[in-house]
Amino acid sequence: MRAALTTLGIVIGVAAVIAMMEIGNGSAKAIQHTIATMGAYNLMVFPGNALMSGVSTGSGGSMRLTPEDAEAILTDCSSVTAAAPVVWARAQAVYNNLNWQPGNLLGTTPSFLDVRDWSEMAQGNAFTDRDVRNCSKVCVIGKTIVRMLFMDESPIGKEIRLMNVNFKVVGVLKAKGANMMGSDQDDIILAPWTTIKYRVTGVSATAAVPVATTTTSILPSQVYPAAQASLYPVPSASQQTDTPQPVRFANVNAIVVQARSADAVKPAIDETTALLRERHHIQPSMPEDFTIRDMTEMVRTMSSTTELMTTLLLIVAAISLVVGGVGIMNIMLVSVTERTREIGLRMAVGAQSGDILHQFLMEAIVLCLIGGAVGIALGRTTSVLVRMIKHWPTVVSLGAIVVAVAVSALVGVLFGFYPAWKASRLDPIDALRYE
Amino acid sequence: MALLELHEVCKTYHLGEMDLQVLKGVTLSVAKGELVALMGASGSGKSTLMNILGCLDRPSSGEYWLDGQEISGASADERARLRNRLIGFVFQSFNLLARTSALDNVCMPLTYGLEYIHEHEMKARATEMLRKVGLADRMDHQPSQLSGGQQQRVAIARSLINRPRLLLADEPTGNLDSRTSEEILQMFRELNEKEGLTIILVTHDPEVAHHAKRTIRIRDGLIAGGAESKGEETQK
Repeated sequence: MRAALTTLGIVIGVAAVIAMMEIGNGSAKAIQHTIATMGAYNLMVFPGNALMSGVSTGSGGSMRLTPEDAEAILTDCSSVTAAAPVVWARAQAVYNNLNWQPGNLLGTTPSFLDVRDWSEMAQGNAFTDRDVRNCSKVCVIGKTIVRMLFMDESPIGKEIRLMNVNFKVVGVLKAKGANMMGSDQDDIILAPWTTIKYRVTGVSATAAVPVATTTTSILPSQVYPAAQASLYPVPSASQQTDTPQPVRFANVNAIVVQARSADAVKPAIDETTALLRERHHIQPSMPEDFTIRDMTEMVRTMSSTTELMTTLLLIVAAISLVVGGVGIMNIMLVSVTERTREIGLRMAVGAQSGDILHQFLMEAIVLCLIGGAVGIALGRTTSVLVRMIKHWPTVVSLGAIVVAVAVSALVGVLFGFYPAWKASRLDPIDALRYE
Repeated sequence: MALLELHEVCKTYHLGEMDLQVLKGVTLSVAKGELVALMGASGSGKSTLMNILGCLDRPSSGEYWLDGQEISGASADERARLRNRLIGFVFQSFNLLARTSALDNVCMPLTYGLEYIHEHEMKARATEMLRKVGLADRMDHQPSQLSGGQQQRVAIARSLINRPRLLLADEPTGNLDSRTSEEILQMFRELNEKEGLTIILVTHDPEVAHHAKRTIRIRDGLIAGGAESKGEETQK
């Protein structure tokens, strides 16, 4: 009975540690996942600067990224879980008598949704890789578009017109809200990059404009006309000999890449850089013709969040174990007092002070270990209950269990030592006479 | 040859400012195979003398020879080893471990012995001892299930388990009725006569002292009579 009470302190301590660790780890995982869906692991590969007649075009000037680059990044870089090429365009979206300029009109592949953790659809499905190959006129739209063009009726199967090309809506993206900069992420239309590239932006450069000019509105193709006109700078003779590849018409504006985890962001950058340098035949001394950007701020947020959680858990664990340890010490001291006569007797029949110390220390350690074992069971039960009742995510933490056992043994030694030492210092004469 | 010999043993307790001299130069000897009673009123220094004889305490000055060794300067751990090897204790209040079987109680001193003894052999020796004190059928009983006389017999078995040279019994019959007292004292006599065990009975009861062949009397920290064994006295 007394031993059971003694161990209760440690039981509670260890149970608290285990439960906190599992629930806390689960929460940390959930928070990490949430931040990840915000795009914290994302990398953006942009084409580099092009220098033409002494004029720098800034980032995105030279169009040397291809969809094949995206595929190669996905297959060859181990730290990368998804990669998608992106082509952007600007166009007025028209449905019946409503029109809207989407904030983002992106041509891409289905893996874009993996990169952005956006695979779950509110309605319908994403377009497929076959759609990309076939230049299908299909698109997936965000919630804002649904509200603006369809007045919240179901858009699935309906057609919206972009630059005089009709796109069938096959899916509606789940609402994602504003991003960290405050711009609306749901104001988006996604379509196969081939369709955007060859049917929308390609057309705008040539003959499509007059068809729409009968209306009074100014088409966006007139507002932003020039970007597409100089899409394919004619390589000079020397450039052509430097790059023996055929001229690629399938250039993309960017490649978005998702790294495996927060820690994998750095390796992903290094691997992607190495791969693209090789694919683009860049000499070691030459600067890259692309730039890679990561979400440093978000990654920092995430690691500081994780750190905070870990520290919090450690403090809670330490406090509960110290409380448990003090409980053990308390009851061991009571036990030493109660067993004074027994100690005296053991000394009288020849126990040396070391033997007594050893005995009481072992008792404390055994109590702590038993307490630790019960605590592990209790902690696991608690975390399972929490998961079942509150639906909180929990993660079984083997490390926490190992640490809890080690620490409960340590607590046994630390807090058992003083009572044991006190017992071993007793004078056998006084101890025998003790009432 | 004397098993134990005290020469001018003094014991002084320091109580704050005051020094309290309890033993004022005790000289006595006990030969091997004797059954001696140590008698004295309370406050006479009887308990202090017994503690010194039992190596529980050490004298402030003087010499204590036990089994041919001078041990007045031994450290606490050395004395613990001596107690384990040479001395068996029997107490007034039995001092058995509660919730522990008679067998395990008897085994207990063996676990503190210097040489390692296998548990199997421990049990065998403890069984042997319990049989000797007539408790062969009570081996698995706990102290609370035994009568006072039986408990004291378990305690005697425990004191004998290490084959001591000296058995020190402190008021062994103080908590027993007269009939069981008689049995226990009879057992001491048998041990003394059949096995040649040296026994010192510490008591204030003349009835008990009567069983001994010699009585050492102590009064006010000094030996009042019976300091030398009769054999040696006649030799002189």
